[in-house]
Amino acid sequence: MIEVVDGERCTSCDICVNVCPTNVFDKTDGIPVIARQGDCQTCFLCELYCPEDALYVSPFADQAQPIDLVALKQTDRMGSYRRAVGWTDETSERRGVDRSYLLFGH
Amino acid sequence: MPNPTHRAERVSAPEGSVAFEADVLVIGGGPAGTWAAVGAAERGARVVLADKGFCGTSGATAAAGTGVWYVDPDPALREAAMANREKMGGYLQDRRWMARVLDSTYQHSNRLADWGYPYPVDDRGRSQRNSLQGPEYMRLMRKRTKQAGVTILDHSPALELLVDDDGAVAGASGVRRQKQDRWTVRAKAVVIATGGCAFLSKTLGSNVLTGDGYLMAAEVGAEFSSMEFSNPYAISPAFGSVTKTLFYGWASFTYDDGSVVPGAASKGGRSAIARALLEGPVYARLDKADDEVRRHMRVSQPNFFLPFDRTGIDPFSDRFPVTLRLEGTVRGTGGLRIVDDSCATSVPGLYAAGDAAARELICGGFTGGGSHNAAWAMSSGAWAGQGAADYATQVGSAAGRKLSSAGTLAFRSRPRRAFAPAALTRAVQAEVFPYELNYFREASRLQGALGRLDAAWRDVSEADAAGASDIVQAREAAAMLATARWMYRSALARQESRGMHRRDDFPDQDSRQRHYVTTGGLDEIWTSARPHADASYAEAAE
Ligand SMILES: Cc1cc2nc3c(=O)[nH]c(=O)nc-3n(C[C@H](O)[C@H](O)[C@H](O)COP(=O)(O)OP(=O)(O)OC[C@H]3O[C@@H](n4cnc5c(N)ncnc54)[C@H](O)[C@@H]3O)c2cc1C
Ligand code: SF4
Ligand code: SF4
Repeated sequence: MIEVVDGERCTSCDICVNVCPTNVFDKTDGIPVIARQGDCQTCFLCELYCPEDALYVSPFADQAQPIDLVALKQTDRMGSYRRAVGWTDETSERRGVDRSYLLFGH
Repeated sequence: MPNPTHRAERVSAPEGSVAFEADVLVIGGGPAGTWAAVGAAERGARVVLADKGFCGTSGATAAAGTGVWYVDPDPALREAAMANREKMGGYLQDRRWMARVLDSTYQHSNRLADWGYPYPVDDRGRSQRNSLQGPEYMRLMRKRTKQAGVTILDHSPALELLVDDDGAVAGASGVRRQKQDRWTVRAKAVVIATGGCAFLSKTLGSNVLTGDGYLMAAEVGAEFSSMEFSNPYAISPAFGSVTKTLFYGWASFTYDDGSVVPGAASKGGRSAIARALLEGPVYARLDKADDEVRRHMRVSQPNFFLPFDRTGIDPFSDRFPVTLRLEGTVRGTGGLRIVDDSCATSVPGLYAAGDAAARELICGGFTGGGSHNAAWAMSSGAWAGQGAADYATQVGSAAGRKLSSAGTLAFRSRPRRAFAPAALTRAVQAEVFPYELNYFREASRLQGALGRLDAAWRDVSEADAAGASDIVQAREAAAMLATARWMYRSALARQESRGMHRRDDFPDQDSRQRHYVTTGGLDEIWTSARPHADASYAEAAE
């Protein structure tokens, strides 16, 4: 489930509010809030669309997990999905590397 | 050519609501809905597309990505592709439909390439088109839908259909949940592309898929088919949502004590996993993947690895607990019955596409996940959009038509009792999640579940209209309840095992039941058998 909107990185662009399919966030005058965490479907798509790597979705789908943001930011986890699928400008060469065709039919 | 000046018109509406006039309304903005919207707009129709979430991220494809039933137009390859899953599907497929879907998927995939989808290129320089990355594909489809002149309403779940005096479908209404107001679209034809129903099981990307389109369509009298083929369960880490199962083909499955679960496999051995899970935890390790396969896995499906990388598990060397999450009609094959080549339903003005429609014609009773569903979504989407646009042209001017709302549950004033969506959802889940009820089916257990579900339906029929704050959840709960009842009623009617439908009391396939089960109704659910195309030809020849 979504656990973190990092106030330090977030620029209040509200993209996450818009793209979350299950309407988990609410807009505010400042940074969005996680208003309905229980509705999160752990799809990681808000993370993909956040231009600032300010969001973190924990992989636990059924339970909230306490997160130590300082420790988390020392890892490369925030934004790791965007980088892996080539969603950022610096990683866009990864957009065409899908090798699924070699794995089908196993 | 799309004509961008041909747009749906915003018309005046009472305070607290917005209204549009269109030729075609598409409900749902996954692959089926976006292909439908583009297909209708390219026929010159003015189109509105309403999505519960955000068109581009919402639905099963956007989050999961899909393998695609893309086969080069070489007759031998096409023949092999069609023959390949006929047995698993219980011989319920229809060759003519398989051929049309293969043709259309080929054409649509080529269009995606022209539109700039970054298909990978293999060592021999050939573009490989049998896999689509979800976010990338659906971002492109949103862009093309907008460019076609379609008006997109995001965060705008449809709640009920509108009908004219003759019972023809003429639009829908719903809420804009981020604007706290209502929307109405008057249209000459409607495409239901709301996906399947996965009962809020948190299988990847599917919590927006609660069968809403089924309920709305049933309220105007539409029929369903193959609803007994609605019990696929997908493997995921026990704690997680990533139900992508391809890579479990390289897994070994073990009990708590480390011994191997006999017969367990992702393909052809999933029921052994379900039986073992009834006894206790089951663990997986992808230890059959060599280094090269591991590298391909990583780059091909990065989201598969998120649950592992974020918990410090190495899935190739560590054992991790797994579970099976119900996917209902998302990777099942039941849905609204299609009555002709334009994907019309049995109700005038109503079309269905993607997982909202039955996929029996190309999948039979076996899962459409893995390739067929994606091919079906793009093919049926485009056909339904074109069919709806052509129908709208025939309707001509819709001025002066008197429309009424078709919604039932959660809309009717009943002073006695409040509608309690969360409790109803839990009650439905308790009947559809358990492996002993839904994975392994048997008459008395099915009847028990149906008795409780029917009682819940009668009970909720006496509940009051839901309020603005929970009308969406109330309609979702009602839709899941109705879906569960069509599913189990059809499962009782099929007294054999075929495709994914397994009956403990009828373990074998019965050649006399090579037919489709049709179902429908709300207060009273009915079923009937329809012959398979081959069977009717055979009879005609006799
Ligand atoms: C984990 C996973 C992996 C899969 N892998 C494959 C694969 O490899 N190959 C394959 O062929 N298939 C696969 N599938 C199945 C495939 O994803 C679906 O068949 C496909 O997404 C169907 O497209 P659709 O447009 O009908 O529905 P969806 O993509 O689910 O979209 C439905 C849309 O309708 C919207 N909606 C729902 N209710 C309403 C409402 N009331 N009002 C307005 N909008 C509404 C939703 O928000 C959503 O955007 C997989 C499914 C899952 C869950
Ligand atoms: S998308 Fe990222 S930067 Fe934009 S509001 Fe959300 S968290 Fe902040
Ligand atoms: S993970 Fe998915 S459902 Fe959860 S907040 Fe992000 S976008 Fe929304």
